[in-house]
Amino acid sequence: MASQPTTAPTPPTDSTNHGLRVVVAWLVLSAITTPLVAIYVGPLIPPGNATVQGQGQVFDNQVMTSFVTPILCLMAVFFAYGLVKFHTRRNEAILDGPPLRNDARVQLLWIVITMAMVLFLAGFGTYELLKDGSGGGQGPNPIAYPAHHQSALQVQVIGQQWQFTYRYPSLGGLESNQLYLPANTDVALHVTSLDVIHSFWAVELGVKADANPGIDNVAYVQTKGPTVFHVRCAELCGLWHGYMYNNGYVVSASQFQTWAAQQTKLYAAIKPFMDKPDNQGGAPYAHSYLPAPGGGAPPVRAG
Amino acid sequence: MTDVALAMPRTPLWRRLIGFNLLTGIVLGVGGWYVGWFGAHALGTSNSLDFIPKIDQNDLSVYLAYLGGVIGFLVGLGFLNYPIARLRGYPPSLREKEAHGWTRYFSLCTDHKVVGIQYLWGIGLFFFIGGLNAMLIRTELLSPNHQVFPAGTYLTIVGMHGTMMMGMMTSGILGPFANYLVPLMIGARRMAFPRIEALTFWLLMAAGAILTTTIFFGGFPTGWTGYAPLADQSNAGMDNYVLFFALVGISMTLLGLNMIATILTMRAPGLTWSRLPIFIWGVLSTAVLMVLAAPVLIAVLSMEAMDRTAQTTFFIAQAGGSNYLYQNLFWVFGHPEVYILALPGFAIVLELLPVFARKPLWGYRLAVAGMLGVSLLSWFVWQHHLFVSGINGDLRPFYILSTELISIPTGFTFLCGMMTIWRGRIRFTVPMLFCLAWFFNFLIGGLSGVYLSDTPSDVTTHGSFFSMAHFHYTIMGGLVFTFFAAVYYWLPKMTGWQLNERLAKIHFWTMFIFFNSTFGPLLAVGFLGQPRRVVTYASGLQFLNDWVSVSAFCLGFSMLIFLFNLVWSLAFVKKPAEMNPWASRSIEFQLPSPVPVHNFDRIPVFSSDPYGYGEGPVPTLVPAGQPAGRE
Repeated sequence: MASQPTTAPTPPTDSTNHGLRVVVAWLVLSAITTPLVAIYVGPLIPPGNATVQGQGQVFDNQVMTSFVTPILCLMAVFFAYGLVKFHTRRNEAILDGPPLRNDARVQLLWIVITMAMVLFLAGFGTYELLKDGSGGGQGPNPIAYPAHHQSALQVQVIGQQWQFTYRYPSLGGLESNQLYLPANTDVALHVTSLDVIHSFWAVELGVKADANPGIDNVAYVQTKGPTVFHVRCAELCGLWHGYMYNNGYVVSASQFQTWAAQQTKLYAAIKPFMDKPDNQGGAPYAHSYLPAPGGGAPPVRAG
Repeated sequence: MTDVALAMPRTPLWRRLIGFNLLTGIVLGVGGWYVGWFGAHALGTSNSLDFIPKIDQNDLSVYLAYLGGVIGFLVGLGFLNYPIARLRGYPPSLREKEAHGWTRYFSLCTDHKVVGIQYLWGIGLFFFIGGLNAMLIRTELLSPNHQVFPAGTYLTIVGMHGTMMMGMMTSGILGPFANYLVPLMIGARRMAFPRIEALTFWLLMAAGAILTTTIFFGGFPTGWTGYAPLADQSNAGMDNYVLFFALVGISMTLLGLNMIATILTMRAPGLTWSRLPIFIWGVLSTAVLMVLAAPVLIAVLSMEAMDRTAQTTFFIAQAGGSNYLYQNLFWVFGHPEVYILALPGFAIVLELLPVFARKPLWGYRLAVAGMLGVSLLSWFVWQHHLFVSGINGDLRPFYILSTELISIPTGFTFLCGMMTIWRGRIRFTVPMLFCLAWFFNFLIGGLSGVYLSDTPSDVTTHGSFFSMAHFHYTIMGGLVFTFFAAVYYWLPKMTGWQLNERLAKIHFWTMFIFFNSTFGPLLAVGFLGQPRRVVTYASGLQFLNDWVSVSAFCLGFSMLIFLFNLVWSLAFVKKPAEMNPWASRSIEFQLPSPVPVHNFDRIPVFSSDPYGYGEGPVPTLVPAGQPAGRE
């Protein structure tokens, strides 16, 4: 028992209200940094404003970052003050601090504040999600969509090892390995897979939806002006997962028609083959995955 | 009888190598492996009985070979000796506990202190293998296009890193520290089930060997999650993954059961629930999660094994199965699993802060409520891993709420920790530095989790390097940092030798700085569009990736400093540790270093919790009326 601690508590010579100091410093720091972060940092957070959904995510991130900043400030102030003020020197005798075991008011305050923040953030996130679906995959029966989703352009995204192909039922079932979308249009992306799980991630559009075999996973996105975006597979899908990427394009309506005509011509030779049912020597997925032309959800294959 | 055993003359080394020990275990393990391998071939199925046919691959042989190997390994270690002796009518005994000398570390030993140290070295070994894999991953990602490894090898490295860390480090604190400390802290002489305790360790080592040998079967491409349709079509190395995780699951279940039984039934007189060290509460809440979550893992992997060998199609959509079934079951295990990793970290921080702030633990009940609350809520959040998976979307608002609610009990831990150091007399010892780093790391981890829990933001961050950086902040920043806090705090007690403090401080600062320099930028990399587990990335992200890679190499170097310190201090310097180097009031520091085999001469009687700093002298452990001796 050689190094038994000295048991006498430190005499209460210190009457400074340390807690008040920390709270005041925290409020001042938060009042300065939070608006700065919200205004200058928030809008820089991806995915950017290329689509209505992307814009919604940027706003969402902006709000959450504004909540996160005061928490970071509190921790910074608390630890900066506490560790500087209350540490002992090296080789200083080991004395005990004041035996404070509890303070019901601090506990209550902490619980109320964290509870309020959590409930607000959950409510806000739910509101943002239900507003327009936020570009996320929602399965075959979406619960959140943009106002004019009935007239949305239907595009089927078919994942397979290791590429995405895109099928446009409103263009006579045109299927291409390029993703072109017209500007200022509501688009319903029907994401599915032929083999393992993939995840269709259109980075700058703020769209992500897993591609599952046999499942029609719908994500809505409202394009704005012409832009180029990246498509990546975001779910590990085997050997060449890392190479499963491509560029996609949002173009003006006239350019979209030109592209569609050019692609239709390019694939005219294999079109009859693509339209045949698979039991008659057609493409293996042609019928089961064809969305009905002119909108509406494609049938979900049983199983 | 103890004295007789200790007084026996030392047998020569060659004689001690013959018998039931690790060497025999390995020999019988290899033998059992071949028996299983050729036995399965003899069944006449040269090809896999699989829905997805694979050429020149016999999954059944791999499964039976490794099962035979594990059984042979355990028999060689002597796990059958006691059941057979009991069947033959011998009385109950704990003979394995009386083993002495260094050979007991390489054999079945039922002394909880030996098992704790076995765990520390065993898990440490696989932790370094997992860390080496991380270095290889970062080497590959130095360049956006140039390939250091073939794509398949790279995926195996990624999978090995993730699986090794998640599987082995699950017991990273409960294995070494809870096994060593729980009986000491509750005033007992052993765990409730000492042989099961040893079994959990040796199962884990067998599992580690199985995962490492996946490279002989082509590796596996699925990462640590092992998602199903991909796992169904993968080569034979996938079977190693399935067996590894299933064995880890069995080990976890048994470990958890043992902890719960010990804590519930073996507390010394006077150790009421409100006097338990907070570390014990952390172990208890973790053990409950282990016992309830790990069987789900065993079940889902059994289904996967049957999909791969017995032509079932649980997870194959084209044949009536569902890949959501795998995802749901895996994350029902997987999300409690990440709290199994995080909760012991909470417990160690709260256990150590009072010692180094010289103040009682603030808000004991709130701290307990926090850990139990996390333990409970962790069951209701798993579908946030499936936010964009296309599974029924109606429940997403619920999972947003439940996921964010977890930050409330986590906040309790923060509040109790912060208020404990508030107005204390803080000593910046190495364990304390690691605990303080936990606050920083877990804060970043928790706040980045807010973005992932919020579905609109999760659409971009899901499956990206952002989520990868997030869970490295919570698991490496939360578990590995507190693991090192525990190592520096308790290793002098466990080994009886001091670690070099200067090297320890260099280790801490390099680890803290390069850890943040590695994973901080990855939060940005994820937001900028880099998915996880890719072998190529956008060339615009090369600068950030190179920065991260260089930081990761420095982080690896920091681990080498630790390793050097460990070898240097324990094998060469051997400076004896004091009985109570930290002036702690905890009971294990009132015992000699290292702790004697039977822990206590007399079972102690507790009259307070171990946090009475500033409340008078350490109460003497009044001997109860029970005599000293073995149980």
